[in-house]
Parts: sequence; structure tokens; C-alpha cells
Amino acid sequence: MTTPTDEPNPTGHTPGPTVKEPPAKAPVSKDDDRWNAAFRSIVAGNAAVAFFSVLLAVLVGSLLIMFTDDRVRETFGYVTARPGDFFSASWDAIWGAYTALFRGAVFNPGREGGPALDFATQIRPLTETLKFAGPLIAAGLGVGLAFRAALFNIGGRGQMLLAGAASGWVAYQFELPWPIHLTLAIVAGMLAAALWGGLVGFLKARTGAHEVILTIMLNYVAYYLVFFALSEQSLLQAPNTVNPKSLPAHESATLPKLLGDRFNLHLGFLLALVAVAVVWWILNRSSLGFRIRAVGANPAAARSSGIDVGRTYTVVMMISGALVGLAGVNQVLGTVTSGVTTDLDAGIGFDAITVALLGRSKPIGIMFAGLLFGAFKAGGFAMQASENIPVDIVLVVQSLIVLFIAAPALVRAIFRLPAREAA
Amino acid sequence: MRLELRDITKRFGTLVANNRISLTVEPGEIHALLGENGAGKSTLMNVLYGLYRADEGEILLNDQVQHFTGPGDAIAAGIGMVHQHFMLIPVFTVAENVMLGNEATGFAGSLDLDAARKRVEEISQQFGFHVNPDSVIETLPVGVQQRVEIIKALSRDAEVLVFDEPTAVLTPQETDELMGTMRQLKEAGKAIVFITHKLREVRAVADKITVIRLGKVVGEASPTASNQELAAMMVGRPVELTVRKGPPKLGEEGLVVQDLRVIDALGHVHVDDLSFSIKRGEVLAVAGVQGNGQTELTEALLGLQTHVTGSIKLDGHELVGRSVRKILDAGVGFIPEDRQEDGLVGNMSIAENLMLNRSFGEPFVKNGNLQLGKLDEFAQQKLKEYDVRAPGISTHADNLSGGNQQKVVVARELSRDLRLLVAAQPTRGVDVGSIEFIHKQIIATRDSGVPVIVVSTELDEVVALADRIMVLYRGRIVGIVPPDTPRDVLGLMMTGERPEGAVA
Repeated sequence: MTTPTDEPNPTGHTPGPTVKEPPAKAPVSKDDDRWNAAFRSIVAGNAAVAFFSVLLAVLVGSLLIMFTDDRVRETFGYVTARPGDFFSASWDAIWGAYTALFRGAVFNPGREGGPALDFATQIRPLTETLKFAGPLIAAGLGVGLAFRAALFNIGGRGQMLLAGAASGWVAYQFELPWPIHLTLAIVAGMLAAALWGGLVGFLKARTGAHEVILTIMLNYVAYYLVFFALSEQSLLQAPNTVNPKSLPAHESATLPKLLGDRFNLHLGFLLALVAVAVVWWILNRSSLGFRIRAVGANPAAARSSGIDVGRTYTVVMMISGALVGLAGVNQVLGTVTSGVTTDLDAGIGFDAITVALLGRSKPIGIMFAGLLFGAFKAGGFAMQASENIPVDIVLVVQSLIVLFIAAPALVRAIFRLPAREAA
Repeated sequence: MRLELRDITKRFGTLVANNRISLTVEPGEIHALLGENGAGKSTLMNVLYGLYRADEGEILLNDQVQHFTGPGDAIAAGIGMVHQHFMLIPVFTVAENVMLGNEATGFAGSLDLDAARKRVEEISQQFGFHVNPDSVIETLPVGVQQRVEIIKALSRDAEVLVFDEPTAVLTPQETDELMGTMRQLKEAGKAIVFITHKLREVRAVADKITVIRLGKVVGEASPTASNQELAAMMVGRPVELTVRKGPPKLGEEGLVVQDLRVIDALGHVHVDDLSFSIKRGEVLAVAGVQGNGQTELTEALLGLQTHVTGSIKLDGHELVGRSVRKILDAGVGFIPEDRQEDGLVGNMSIAENLMLNRSFGEPFVKNGNLQLGKLDEFAQQKLKEYDVRAPGISTHADNLSGGNQQKVVVARELSRDLRLLVAAQPTRGVDVGSIEFIHKQIIATRDSGVPVIVVSTELDEVVALADRIMVLYRGRIVGIVPPDTPRDVLGLMMTGERPEGAVA
């Protein structure tokens, strides 16, 4: 996951670290600094750590697969007598699980002795992966962009719900020709989420409230708001039903399927790729991104340089919200077009945090991380269906990835990577 | 106790921070370790204190080889450290801080605070420290906090005391008192290591001087050596310690400040009714002990303070109430007192730092797009012009030494068309060679007809740069005096006393 184009200024060679004596300063407690430093080291870990975190998580996942497998446990009972049985059973379980994951996520050659599959069926898992990856990438970009401004956007769920509700409403309420209706529905969703996210930035800028608290709380507010609207006939609820669900989106507002009706892959994935390009441009080539990075790395210096830190927070959270909103739009207009529900976010709002961390808050990195997590999603179900391995294993692996990324020292120690700083 | 360091070598990767350094400190002796920032003084002391393990060499106390695995071992062996950044807990009392890490306990682990209190009083009395064991640290002046650090070391029966840049945060008076304390400690038979880069202090108290440069001992000197000789040893070449400048070519009044008051969010007044003006082509140096309103004054000039009343006029235009960005656009250059906090973004490149306050338009931004080509060209040129020692323009600011970081800040600020330069502590933590360079740049700015305000807590710097000196005390002007005012008069003014004949 090296992204050479992603670094605006690759420090080809750092100088022999000059031993610095810090400038004299009155002794004050530096809690904020410490938190910031920890935060920065987590969100800006290096590529090697990300790669080895995935590897390590997969290895630990292997152990879990062994322990959940009946035959492995059975053979463990007489492991001293016939260790061969135990090891072959373990190998079978692990190999079976990960090949099932692969078959479910990338390419399904068909079972040996089973009916021959045509190419479209064989390649279908890959398109499923891409379908799942779309919203993960979009939301991951949102969270990652906020990270670059040193903001922790945990409000993905709320932003997605509002985006979905707004987008879904436009999609069933109006009758418009195809491209216009779709565009309108997308814009409405992204706008709603942008405002919801921007509110957080605004409150932080004005009152100093911490964005973590704000976004967590606004998740609840958004959830019950949408739930309420979906339970009211006068608001979003579909007529003649008691379920909290809206009417399905009109055909003219849905994201068209990219590869025909045999595949679920829809335009949302391409929109996510466009978002990758846009965020890359913002961060690396635009003056706005320059200010975002400056504010994220050192708000005091940014302020002294005439950058309005509060406004930057608000703008970042708006863009972040809009990107997360794109994920919500993706769900409502592409993946599940049968109507808005309160579980439209499908956990993506939180998975996005993992994706952003794994992608090191860089657009290209986030794209690959999103693809990996899309593959986990698509493959996890196949793994459960064919090998009877609980899908939760995949969730554990995902969580372990984050855990290892958050503990870079551990990963470095295990794989004997060089530390980044001297002493 | 006799301390001996033998051939200490410490490497960080390819960098040799200490290269076979040997040092002997006898009891009842003050041994000064003189060297520029980054010369390896602090590394050496961290080795001594058990924070780093030396790659080669050994530490001997009374001819016994020591093996420290951490500060705990060093303390137990009788080494005490007075850190540059105090290791005290601000909300604890003096007694609590002194007992911290060595708590006397009574029944069922209850703290025996009385014992600590007694110990503080004992030591306090012995050396005439006047420290109340029940005062909360954060309410004490910096000089007294430092005494608490000393008491803490003495309470562990330290026989070797290391003072790491102890005067960086002190007033001239507090510095004098510290010198007195050091002499007392010496008389009490302690071996004292005094780390500093200030020549005056070394000559005042040291019995022996060891100069280190680039991790190596470059020589020993006696306290009778001249400043020039010591500085040349430190830097490795002859250094000009005085700033060469002609008489100012004064123009019309550039900056006019009237009735300026700065209040913080809690209602404390930091700057109280200041009125002064600076002519074009003139340097006004603001002298004063740290924390007497200088920081707030410079921040108010930049628009960084929120509760400001009065008037700041630059070329007739009011600056109070304008945003930082507008003030910068009006031509104000700002060298902040803490470059790492307010001047640079550490994990951005030199080039990016050079455009930090110009991200809104030409020449580096066009239609919201960064003009990376132009920026690179500009950065290359500034790197050369300002002699920034770095592998290249994409080196992160974090990886530069203090002097080079400051040069980046100075380069950024001086490469715009300035109408006013505000330089706060422009050479704090900067090596002697860079000080020379930065002073020259400031004088060149003055000579190009820009009004300059320099804030410094170092009297040497104030005297060297000033065309007039304004002394601040508790946010008020004590007086504005000519640069040839005797140092003791300035020192007195810094304590708030107004001498005869000074113009308020």
C-alpha cells in the first residue's frame, strides 16, 4: 500500500537527526500536546505498519479459525499421540477459510467436480467487493480528511442516516427525468450530511466543544430523528404500513448498474473513485488542503500565520460530512433502493474509521483500505456459507487491524521494523 | 563525591552525539560544560542520569564504576539533576513534590507529609532558600520553583548536582541568586556540573570550563578566558559578539501605540496602558523579565489577542480589531517567541513552512491551486540566501536544529514587503553562529526603513540591537531609555524601579 504519488513532499532523506535542546519555556502541563502527539502518531502511521498490521491480524485470525473448528478441537484432544492429525486439520481449516474468503471476494473458479461456471459467475464476487467498497471508500475519505485536520469524526453513522433520509426523500417524492433526478438526490444527501457535519465544526470553533463528544451525541440525535420521521405518515413513512420505512426510490433517481442486471455493482463505486481524486487534489494540490494540513499539524502556528482555524474546522467537517453522506447516498440510491430505513448505514459509519486509519488518512491509501474491507465484507458471508466459519471472525480480524495500527510499537517489535525516531 | 566520566560515547543511528567525552568533577568544584545547542551536552547528562545507556565508556563515582539502568539508580548513587524544564507537579505542594518518588509512609501506607515538610524546612534553612513547604508549585515564581528542584535533589542526599541550562527561565536577579546558591553548594562540598551556553554566567561561577562542540571535547578553558575566546571555541571559528550597526536613519513614525490594554479571558490585565511609537528605520527593544506582558504585547500587535482596547496604528491605519490575516497583509512580519509552537508546522517541509502565511493568493496560490513549481524555486533560493543547513527543501522542519528552524521563520517573514517587524525572542535556543546571522538580518531590515520591535529577555541582545530600550514590568512601561544605559540600571528597571532621569 505504498502511495508514492500521495506524498506531496517525500522526504527522500532525513538528516542525521540533529539533537535538539528544546527552547526554554515556562513549565506548564502539556496534556493537550501529549494527546495530539498520540493522535497524530495513530492517524499518520507509516505504510509498513499498516501492511504488517493486516498481516498480523490475519495470522491471529488463523488461530481463531483453528479454535472455532470442530475437527481441530477434536484432534487437539490427542495432539501428543498423533500431532499430524492436529496440524493437518488446522491447515485444512485455515486454508479452507481463507480460500473461501478469496472465492467470496475476488474470483470463484467453481468447486471441483461441481458444475462449470461461466466467467460472469466466476467474477461476480469481485464486483460484489467493489460494490461494498464504494461507500467504505467514500466514508473513509470523509473520516480521513477530518483526521488530517486533527479532527476525529465519529459521526459517520448520523451523517449517513441524514444523507440517506434526505436523498431517499428526493428520490421518491419527485418525478424528474433520470440524470437530473439522480443528481438532485445525490446533492440533497451530501448537503444534508455536510450541514450535519459542519454543525460539529462550527460548534467546535465557536464554543471549543470536543468533536468526539459532539459527533457521538449527534449520532443518537440523527438516529432518533430519522426513526421518528420514518414512523410518521406525514413525514417519511410510506403510506399504509406500520414499519419505519419510506417508499422506494424512483428508477430515475437510482444509481445505474454498471455491468448490467446480473451484477449489483452500481455507479456509486465510480463516484467513490471520483471522490478519491477530488480529496487527493484538495489535500495535495489546493490551498485549502494546505491550510487543513497546517491546522491539523499545528493550529497555533496556523493561527499566527493568519489562517482562521475555526473556519477551517467548519469547512473540513462540512466536506467530511459530505463525503460520508456520499456513502449514505450510495446505500439508498444504489445498494438498497427499496426504501430508507434506520439501518441503512450498515455499520459503514464506523467501519470508515478503520478504513481511514488503515489508509493512513491518505486518499490512495484509503482507496486500497476500502477495497480490502469491501473484500472482507463480500468474502465473509461466503466463508460462513461454505466453511461454516462464523462471519464474526472477519469482524475480529478487522478490529485487530485497528488495534495493531494503534499500537505501532508492538507491530515494529514483532516484525523488527526500525523505529522511526532515534532514541 | 568525585565524578568522573571516561570516554563516554553515545550514538543515535549514524549520529555520534557524544564522542569519547571525558570529564572529571571534584567535590567542592563548579565545572561548567559549555557548548552550543545540539553540541551534545544534554545527551551527556542524560547518560549520567541513567536515561540513556552509553555505547562506550564508563561513569565513576569516587573511583567506583557505576552501572545505571535508570534515573532511580543515579539518584540512589547520589546524583541530583536540576532540569531545564522543571519536573514538578504544578498542583502539588512543595513538600508533596519533594517527597514524590521517595514517599515516606506511615501506618497502612498513609503518607507522612510531616516528615517531608521537615526535610524541606531543614534544607531551606541550611541554604537560606525561604521556601514554604505548603505552597502550591504553580503559585510560585519560576526562581522559587527552581529552588524546589534543588531541594528535591538535596533531600535525596545528592553529592553531585547537575544544573541543565538553569538560567534560561530566570530573571537577572534570580540568576544572581542562583549563582549564590551554587557557590553555597560548592562550599558544602558538592560537585557541581553546570551546563550552559551563556558565557557571562560561566565566567562568573565556574572553576573549570570544558567546551564541547559536535559531541567532542574541544578544549578546556579557565574562567579568566575572554568571551571572544570562549565563543570561538564553542563555534569553531571567530565570532562577532557585538552587532555592527550604524546610527539609525530615522524616518517618520511608523508604529504608534496608544493606551493599549490587553486583558485575558479571566480578566487579568497583562498589558496596561502602553503608549509608545517607533520610527521607520528604528529598533525599539523591549526588555523585561519573562511574563511581564511582552508576549501579550506582541500577540496584540498581530491580532492574536481577543480583548484588546486602545489603538495600534501602522502608517496611520488602525490594526486593533483586524484579523491576523489582515494584519499580516498590512505588512507586519512576525517572529514568534516559540517557533515550534507558533512559527512552524513541524511535520511540514521547509518549503511548505515558507508559504505558511501566504496560502491565500499569489505568488504561491492561483485559483485555489498550489503553485508548487514557484514554491520550490522560492524555497531553494531562500535556503541558500539564509544559509539554512538542511539536506533539501523537502526536509521537515522538525528535523532541523533550533538555529536552522529560526532561519526558516526569519526567511519567511523577511521575504515579504514589510511595514513593521515584530521579533519576539528572535535568538532563543539558537546557536551562536545563527545568532550573529539573525541579528544582521534584523539590523538590515531596520536599515531598509522598517520599524522594528524586538522583545528579548536577554539583556545582551536588547543592548546589542536597540536604538531605544523600553522596559516593561507587570504590563506597564517602566521607562524608555537609550541603549547605553548601564546594565545595572536596566536590571533595576526590570524589577519595576524607575531610576532618576528615565523617560516614562
